Amino acid sequence: MTLTTDHSKAELESEGLSFGPATGEESRATRHASFDVAQHPVPTGREEEWRFAPLRDLLPLFQAEETTVSEEHLSYDVDEVEGVRAGQLGSGEGPRDSVLVPEDLVAARTAELTANALHLTAQRNVEVDQPTVVEIGGHDASVVAHGAIVLETEESSSATFVLNHTGSARYAQNVEMVLGANSRMTVISLQDWDDDAVHVATHVASIGRDATLKHIVVTLGGKAVRVNATSRFTAPGGEVEQIGLYFADDGQHLEHRLFVDHAAPKCTSNVTYKGALQGKGARSVWVGDVLIRKVAEGTETYEVNRNLVLTEGARADSVPNLEIETGEIEGAGHAAATGRFDDEQLFYLRARGIPEIEARRLVVRGFFAELIQKIDVPDIREHLTASIETELARSMN
Amino acid sequence: MSILEIKDLHATVETPEGTKEILKGVNLTIRSGETHAIMGPNGSGKSTLAYAIAGHPKYEITSGSVQLDGEDLLEMSVDERARAGLFLAMQYPVEVPGVSVSNFLRTAKTAVDGQAPALRTWVKDVKGAMDNLRMDPAFAERNVNEGFSGGEKKRHEILQMELLKPAIAILDETDSGLDVDALRIVSEGVNRAKENTEVGIMLITHYTRILNYITPDFVHVFVGGRVAEEGGPELAERLENEGYDRYLTTAN
Ligand SMILES: Nc1ncnc2c1ncn2[C@@H]1O[C@H](COP(=O)(O)OP(=O)(O)O)[C@@H](O)[C@H]1O
Ligand SMILES: [Mg+2]
Repeated sequence: MTLTTDHSKAELESEGLSFGPATGEESRATRHASFDVAQHPVPTGREEEWRFAPLRDLLPLFQAEETTVSEEHLSYDVDEVEGVRAGQLGSGEGPRDSVLVPEDLVAARTAELTANALHLTAQRNVEVDQPTVVEIGGHDASVVAHGAIVLETEESSSATFVLNHTGSARYAQNVEMVLGANSRMTVISLQDWDDDAVHVATHVASIGRDATLKHIVVTLGGKAVRVNATSRFTAPGGEVEQIGLYFADDGQHLEHRLFVDHAAPKCTSNVTYKGALQGKGARSVWVGDVLIRKVAEGTETYEVNRNLVLTEGARADSVPNLEIETGEIEGAGHAAATGRFDDEQLFYLRARGIPEIEARRLVVRGFFAELIQKIDVPDIREHLTASIETELARSMN
Repeated sequence: MSILEIKDLHATVETPEGTKEILKGVNLTIRSGETHAIMGPNGSGKSTLAYAIAGHPKYEITSGSVQLDGEDLLEMSVDERARAGLFLAMQYPVEVPGVSVSNFLRTAKTAVDGQAPALRTWVKDVKGAMDNLRMDPAFAERNVNEGFSGGEKKRHEILQMELLKPAIAILDETDSGLDVDALRIVSEGVNRAKENTEVGIMLITHYTRILNYITPDFVHVFVGGRVAEEGGPELAERLENEGYDRYLTTAN
């Protein structure tokens, strides 16, 4: 077993590497989960879960007693793709509500207030190459909308699902991912919202035997965006890659909280999140919990978060957390670092005649390159490269 | 015909113990086609001289002047100096993750020339220069200096010099740490550049070995932040036999 921990250049709020539950803090294994809204108190900001969150922006989501269902406020648009079945699931209609059991108020309300969930299924033994794109367009950020999506790959199938969020919205969303044995699923959630959008998403995946999940979160737009993404191994042989990329500007709060639950033996997880921040009040939060339960012998896991702070006045918090209940693992490690532009890199490039603006652009593009290369959908890759250029152009004139 | 003139250059650096003067009055003139060996013990300020000329932000010039063809280099930004014709091969080249060598070279060439190179000839030039330096073509797709061996880094520096064709090149200990084969390859590159472009060279070195491959026109012994003695190639031979001790005892 190897254990690595690398916090070179890290500016960490707190961090943990523990065998068994850390003292004073509850183990991630014991977090309360319930469909009963009354069981989830309204956050005060003192909770570990909410201490970084922009509660004022999120408040309407805590208070929502009803939801908007009008297309005029929030619309869903699904392109039909051969081999993928599209349907709806009512509350409690399986596999809906079998994977995501709410751990906070927003997720609980979303489960309760969403009458019908969008259900997309790749059928058994079918390999679908073409991505199924769900366009989620917001048209009004003054009302609260809820939504639930269930993505499923049946045994030995493979599919890619894209959730593309644009426009203005105040949106609470639950996403369940059900990976059948030996199946492969790629999920790409793009938060490309307008500047006033508020979005809280809870993603939970259940990964069957020998199944592989590639979960990609890209957050560029929105005033306050919080994505909780959980991957839970339910049988041996599973593999998860969680990738995230974010770019926070002036006044944006982008929060990503991950949880990889190694609840079965011989599974592998790899988490890489990278963010760039620029402008006054730009804020990012990354929390990466990994739990290796007693049964999860032969686990291999690595998680890393890197932040590049491009200007004064931006702040990145990065909290990796590895909890290990068995010594019989292949390897576990984590790393977190937050750095500024590297003066030596800039000097090297500029000493070759490259103007400062272009040198900065090269460094940032290079910073994200390894992640962008991992996105298998060319359209999204190009869109992303262009978006990063646009973001950079804002700060570098 | 270019000329780099360094006059009475003083430079300081901020250290935890306070401001420290490292360059204490450097005088040096380099013309096109000339090779000047700057030889001195570790810590004498050779890299500081190189960085100060190139405009590294860590070093503050407190007095003196540096001119390239009559233009005040010290008034220019780092990238303006490079575009004016200055090149610095660094002692410790820096990694730039996610930026490929080919992208880097093309971007630098475009910046230095003020226009993108013609694609066809550029590809050929790069390939030819890499062949000459015995660099595998796959090298172009690697990220700048990431995971390069010491020898690869130095060859990559010389590759840039050959492609960017500066008027004046400063080579900071390009020879240090190289085995004999790599040293020969790198030296051939320098000699090619001298022949093809008449580049004026400031060859900073700690060891005399490289002078078996690159013949200097002038040798300057650099001690305590200034030039302590100057001469022709014969001075290098003397250093070879006597080392720097003679200067260290008289330097303050
Ligand atoms: N950035 C720096 N911070 C502190 N001290 C420095 C810095 N750069 C150089 N020095 C000091 O200046 C002196 C000369 O260093 P350097 O120019 O690297 O010498 P050389 O290249 O001849 O070995 C040394 O004493 C070194 O410790
Ligand atoms: Mg040096």
